[in-house]
Amino acid sequence: MIQTLFGSTEQKPGFFDRMKQAVTRTRESLSERIEEIASFNKEIDRNTLDELEATLIAADLGTATTQEVLANLREKVDRRQIGDVNELKRLLKQELLAILERAGLQPVKAVDGEPEVILVVGVNGTGKTTTIGKLAQVYRSEGKTVLLAAADTFRAAAIEQLEIWGQRTGTEVIKTKPGGDPAAVLYDAMQAAKARHTDYVIVDTAGRLHTKSSLMDELAKMRRTAQRLIPRAPHETLLIMDATTGQNGLQQARLFTESAGVTGIVLTKLDGTAKGGVAVAISRELGLPVRYVGVGEKAGDLLPFNPREFVDSLFE
Amino acid sequence: MFENLSDKLQRAFKNLRGQGTLNEETVGEALREIRLALLEADVNFKVVKELVERIREKALGQEVMTALSPAEQVVKIVRDEMVEVLGRDTAKLRFASNPPTVVLMAGLQGSGKTTTSGKLAHWLKNGGHRPLLVSVDVYRPAAREQLKIVAHAVKAHLYEGQVSEANTATVERLAKEARREAVNSGSDVLIVDTAGRLHIDERLMEEMQSLKRLLNPQEILFVADAMTGQDAVRSAEEFHKKLSLTGVVLTKMDGDARGGAALSIRNVTGQPIKFIGVGEKYDALEPFHPDRIVGRILGMGDILSLIEKAEQQLDKKKQEEFARKALSGDGFSLEDFRDQLRQVKKLGSVQSIMGMLPKIGPFAGLNKAADRVDEGQLTRVEAIINSMTRYERDHHEVINGSRRKRIARGSGTSVQEVNQLLRQYAQMKKMFKQMGKASFGRRLAGMKLPGM
Ligand SMILES: Nc1nc2c(ncn2[C@@H]2O[C@H](COP(=O)(O)OP(=O)(O)OP(=O)(O)O)[C@@H](O)[C@H]2O)c(=O)[nH]1
Ligand SMILES: [Mg+2]
Repeated sequence: MIQTLFGSTEQKPGFFDRMKQAVTRTRESLSERIEEIASFNKEIDRNTLDELEATLIAADLGTATTQEVLANLREKVDRRQIGDVNELKRLLKQELLAILERAGLQPVKAVDGEPEVILVVGVNGTGKTTTIGKLAQVYRSEGKTVLLAAADTFRAAAIEQLEIWGQRTGTEVIKTKPGGDPAAVLYDAMQAAKARHTDYVIVDTAGRLHTKSSLMDELAKMRRTAQRLIPRAPHETLLIMDATTGQNGLQQARLFTESAGVTGIVLTKLDGTAKGGVAVAISRELGLPVRYVGVGEKAGDLLPFNPREFVDSLFE
Repeated sequence: MFENLSDKLQRAFKNLRGQGTLNEETVGEALREIRLALLEADVNFKVVKELVERIREKALGQEVMTALSPAEQVVKIVRDEMVEVLGRDTAKLRFASNPPTVVLMAGLQGSGKTTTSGKLAHWLKNGGHRPLLVSVDVYRPAAREQLKIVAHAVKAHLYEGQVSEANTATVERLAKEARREAVNSGSDVLIVDTAGRLHIDERLMEEMQSLKRLLNPQEILFVADAMTGQDAVRSAEEFHKKLSLTGVVLTKMDGDARGGAALSIRNVTGQPIKFIGVGEKYDALEPFHPDRIVGRILGMGDILSLIEKAEQQLDKKKQEEFARKALSGDGFSLEDFRDQLRQVKKLGSVQSIMGMLPKIGPFAGLNKAADRVDEGQLTRVEAIINSMTRYERDHHEVINGSRRKRIARGSGTSVQEVNQLLRQYAQMKKMFKQMGKASFGRRLAGMKLPGM
């Protein structure tokens, strides 16, 4: 899929543009700040790094990640190994990139003929249902067949919401009554997909706080249900995270990974002014890669995540 | 996971006990820890900077108290400063003198506006109101359906209306119709749920402004997610600039987010946090108590309660001192009396000071009067004493006619009020001294005084 969205040369500039637009729109860019610091203070010293620290903190990288990233640079600055601002910029980018690229967890490959099951989880309101609509659109445009499982049986009108996305993307939705058993919906959807040789099953789940253990157990139960039908399922579990999330994002990632076996992150709402830096902290601590970014509310507003582009656009 | 802030502070201060004042070096170390704690709690870094500076100023040169360890002492300053930013009081909802009151819900996507609208309707119904709900979110799939189900669940009225086109004209029409419906149906509060929007989306922010013009809301509540990070200041500031928010609702507080966004949002908007959402059920809405979130943001609820206990100890000591003074030789001065008033104001109960007085003789009436005394009166009395010189406070007998005039002017009260205060004071002082002479009084001085 990454190939189709990102592989052809016609689409590449589009991606670059949108990524830049998404990440730099109306925000004070990191590079401007560095330049500003530099012109003020020609020689790079510890103050420069303090200012940079503020910039990284402001991007929600968190104190631990920020300190780690800067520790190495600080040493080099102290030993006068970094000459100018551009050099500093390049090295900082490199540090961030190294963290994001280290996080290389890959989803399990579906065996030929079995549907690939994607479980979508996250706290309330992060954009799970919308992202599912967008993913369905991506797969449909690749000519793949998709079934959506409306396993959020809890939130008011959650099923109707997913059904509208089904209509928009020409995808069937498997559902039950509000208040029904989410695992049962998942089971039905997977069974239907197996019988029909559907390529993908995407499972919407109710938003839940990672601190509610009974709700987290429910996700673990859904995984077990999935495994009864297809041993490798769910092949991918996506944690949908709002880019405005602060340091609590780390705890979200930890606990959702524990119960639901998260394999990747989708960073939504990057069309706002939040930078989504907590994703760097999550990559660093948990090795979870970011797979996609959400940049709007329309079906086409989903982009595959590219670490280099992400870091670059922070500096442009 | 990480070392508790209170442990870190204890460590930073371990050498300080026995020193006279908090010094630059030790305070500096503590402040670094506090800064990190605030940042980890997602308080905006600029807000953290301001806060830490103010704390430094307050902490430096403070005498080391005996009741609190130096660490506790600094934490106390931190807590006081944070409460200062958050506002001391629990905010209330504003109602129109001429109903219906209109409450406009505003916020980013996914912050929890629809659920909060339902909770608010539930809360208002419990308070005897007749809320009407309307959703003008014509954009998000099934958003209006969601509010319909929510309204049904909380048994509140809903204005549904018709939507053929998803645009601002439809939004405006729905809002007008809902307002009319509120009047016609005798609903006294109209809650308007709106589509989530980005603060940088000009078109949708204009739509919000036009809703404000149309509806003239008493409350424009910014609904924000407690998990929000550094960006909270941007969105809140922009919403406030465009709409002049009147309050904030912080949602998803039942999770483990430290909630530093509360401090950031309050700091940039100046508007109080009126409610917090603490669950997915419709009764999971609570008024916001600034003091309670401070320990959570700092990640140190335990040490805060310790400090509160220590403070109570301090207060108790003062009260006992006062009682001893009042009942013995020289009696208590107006200065002591003012101290007591301040205690009372802090404790928030007039009864607690009046409880010190024996409930017999001339004081019987006073105790009854205590029920009727209001905070405003206490403030006036304090103002009068504030306008006296130190000497006057210790020697009330020198306060003659011209001094009384000056004091009245200085405190914005009248000479009659000054006279009244001095008369009552003299009476009380005399009574106390007499009590002290009687064996009953000595017993009283020795035992735990009621209400303390
Ligand atoms: N601007 C923007 N809004 C988004 C994006 N993704 C989702 N949203 C919006 O965020 C809001 C919440 O999205 P949902 O898809 O309903 O979120 P959810 O996680 O399914 O919510 P619950 O099921 O209630 O937990 C909706 O208003 C979406 O339109 C994005 O990338 N950018
Ligand atoms: Mg959903």
